[in-house]
Amino acid sequence: MIGARSRVLVVDDDPSLAEMLGIVLRAEGLDPAFVADGARAVSAFREVRPDLVLLDLMLPGADGIQICREIRQESLVPIIMLTAKADTVDVVRGLEAGADDYVVKPFKPIELVARIRAQMRRTDTDHPENLAIGEVTIDVAGHQVRRGGTPILLTPLEFDLLVALARKPRQVFTREHLLQQVWKYRHAGDTRLVNVHVQRLRSKIEIDPENPEVVLTVRGVGYKAGPP
Amino acid sequence: MTTSPRTARRTRFRSVVRELRLRSRIGARAAWRHWRRSLQLRVAIITMAVAGAVVIVISLILFDQIRTQQLAAKNDAAVSQAQVGVEYARNQVVAVPSGDPGSIRETLKRTVDELRTRGGSAGQFAIVMINRDTTTPLAQPSFAGLTPALPARLVAVVADGNQARQYAVMPTEGGTDVPSLVVGAPVPSQSGTYELYYVFPLDREQRSLEDIRSTVVTSGLALVVLVAGVGALVTQLVVHPVRLAAKTAEQLASGQLERRLPIRGDDDLARLAGSFNRMAASLQRQITQLEDLSRLQQRFTSDVSHELRTPLTTVRMAADILHSARADFPPDVARSAELLQTELGRFEGLLTDLLEISRYDAGAASLVAEPTDLGPLVADVLTMAKPVAQQREANLVLKLPNEAVIAEIDPRRIERIVRNLVLNAINHGGDGLIEVTLAGNKSAAAITVRDHGPGMNHDEVLRVFDRFWRADPARSRHGGGTGLGLSISREDARLHGGWLQVWGRQGEGAQFRLTLPLRQGVELEGSPLPLEPQTETADPYEIVAGPTGTTR
Repeated sequence: MIGARSRVLVVDDDPSLAEMLGIVLRAEGLDPAFVADGARAVSAFREVRPDLVLLDLMLPGADGIQICREIRQESLVPIIMLTAKADTVDVVRGLEAGADDYVVKPFKPIELVARIRAQMRRTDTDHPENLAIGEVTIDVAGHQVRRGGTPILLTPLEFDLLVALARKPRQVFTREHLLQQVWKYRHAGDTRLVNVHVQRLRSKIEIDPENPEVVLTVRGVGYKAGPP
Repeated sequence: MTTSPRTARRTRFRSVVRELRLRSRIGARAAWRHWRRSLQLRVAIITMAVAGAVVIVISLILFDQIRTQQLAAKNDAAVSQAQVGVEYARNQVVAVPSGDPGSIRETLKRTVDELRTRGGSAGQFAIVMINRDTTTPLAQPSFAGLTPALPARLVAVVADGNQARQYAVMPTEGGTDVPSLVVGAPVPSQSGTYELYYVFPLDREQRSLEDIRSTVVTSGLALVVLVAGVGALVTQLVVHPVRLAAKTAEQLASGQLERRLPIRGDDDLARLAGSFNRMAASLQRQITQLEDLSRLQQRFTSDVSHELRTPLTTVRMAADILHSARADFPPDVARSAELLQTELGRFEGLLTDLLEISRYDAGAASLVAEPTDLGPLVADVLTMAKPVAQQREANLVLKLPNEAVIAEIDPRRIERIVRNLVLNAINHGGDGLIEVTLAGNKSAAAITVRDHGPGMNHDEVLRVFDRFWRADPARSRHGGGTGLGLSISREDARLHGGWLQVWGRQGEGAQFRLTLPLRQGVELEGSPLPLEPQTETADPYEIVAGPTGTTR
């Protein structure tokens, strides 16, 4: 659930848009903070300690992708990119740099809020649940993933993706299905989101990401968890 | 049935012949291909043939002249030696009494022995001297077996009292037969009729002629080979740069624009290379310019996109807040908020489509294809379109094949095409039935969208993919389309190597057909579905707007 004091850092150089975003976010009971200068984005992030980051990808004078990468290096906080173009390599680069989702301008307030909620409403279970795929063990309640005893740090999204696959081992998930379950898309979304995040997940949990054993690709269909 | 060994042999023979014929045909074909492809080979062979013919003619003439001269010299020497011999013989036989075989034989032997010791300019020789006064002719040859070998015709002429000569194959003392020159002459005398024959073997002449012939043949062959070699070499000098130019041209064509020909010297080939390089440089410059333009256009599109979209986002959000609060406004303001909302939607759609089409115009669109099951994709579009269809009271029907149709496509683009076609059919097809059909074969997939609306006439079919063209000006802006949908769809189809075509007839509705190759990079050869709806009968003015806008 979105706490009354959930903080959102808005990184955008356009003052009108930033102000408008502030109005929409406050209307949703969120607490927005703003930074217009790309160069100051990371230090602002350290000060604000937000629960989510809205990052404009095309900041003049600063590389949104670089900011994304720097934030991701020190935090697992959800990052949503604001972008003017959906079908460019920039989106994929942003996702690879650690963004969890993206919204294409111009977006409707309701759309943006739905994306923000989806990222903040991550799996929360109180009753203990333990899953395993091969050597990878998942403590769902404790948000802990280990490989042979070594803890692995996953973002909430990566964690949810892994849990979704691990709860039904050997079942093949289509990308669309994963978009609905993990990203909470109600309509068709961009399947590249799934591809990129599966790659990111693999780079953390697989011994050899080129020859995955935990998250397997089913060609032409989607993905499944490897044999437990 | 048993086959006799003979039949078996014949069969085997036939098969061998057939095999040989086949092989020779294949070999001939390969040789013909080589002949046609290699200028060098052609020049070498033609030079060789011409040089060979010339050498043969010259050698024949030369050889004939040498032989004639040699034989003429031999002839003259032989005749003069024979005359000397006849003169000597006449003096010897003067005193011999006729009819006395003993003294005649004695005289013959003495004369022949004497004559044999006398050499002459005509080389080696043998002699026969004959006396025909007795009942059996008495003959004295240089060696046994020479007399019967004398040619009968010559003997007859000499017996008539004339001197004559003839070529004939004669035995030699060693026992071998050699071509020889035989000179015969009567020896006039009162004491009887004598004949004297000189036999000059021509073996030395023959040997020397053979030597000359083999020399002529050898040197002729060497000359032919040399000429052919020179021809090949000269051609090589010309052909090598031409081949290099061809190879470089191919490399240029394949996109290695920096390739150039080396320029050596100042001859015609160097000039050719120079012109070639200038052409390549000009091509490279123009292509680079075009690429720069394209990059510039891409940058522009991207910048416009960003610059326009950011304020639009703010406006959009503001309008949304106004719109959701419109219940609290006075009626006019509330209506204004509604108008703002809907027109912003149109504005957005237009901007998106404009940017998309300008991306195509700039050549910046690239395809990221993945194997996709088309059935669920089409079904999803129909599910999404259902509310609109219900609103318009149109009836959507989906026909899917039993087997999955999986094609290498960019699902977002293909979904956009299908969505465009379906919404188009709903907007223009009226309240009738709209059939969406998917089919596939080994190499292609096809989706048709058929409506039973007012249809289109010839001109409309031809213009339906034009930008901002609207089928019916009266109904124009109610559909909510931007006027770019079908243009973008066609570009999307083209990007996949596919076709987007339309069939239409006044009063009978229209059908759009999208055909896509199952695998990228494979040329489409046909479509699994007909463009014209099958239930209809053929019409004399049926019109097809194909991928290239062709009319049939």
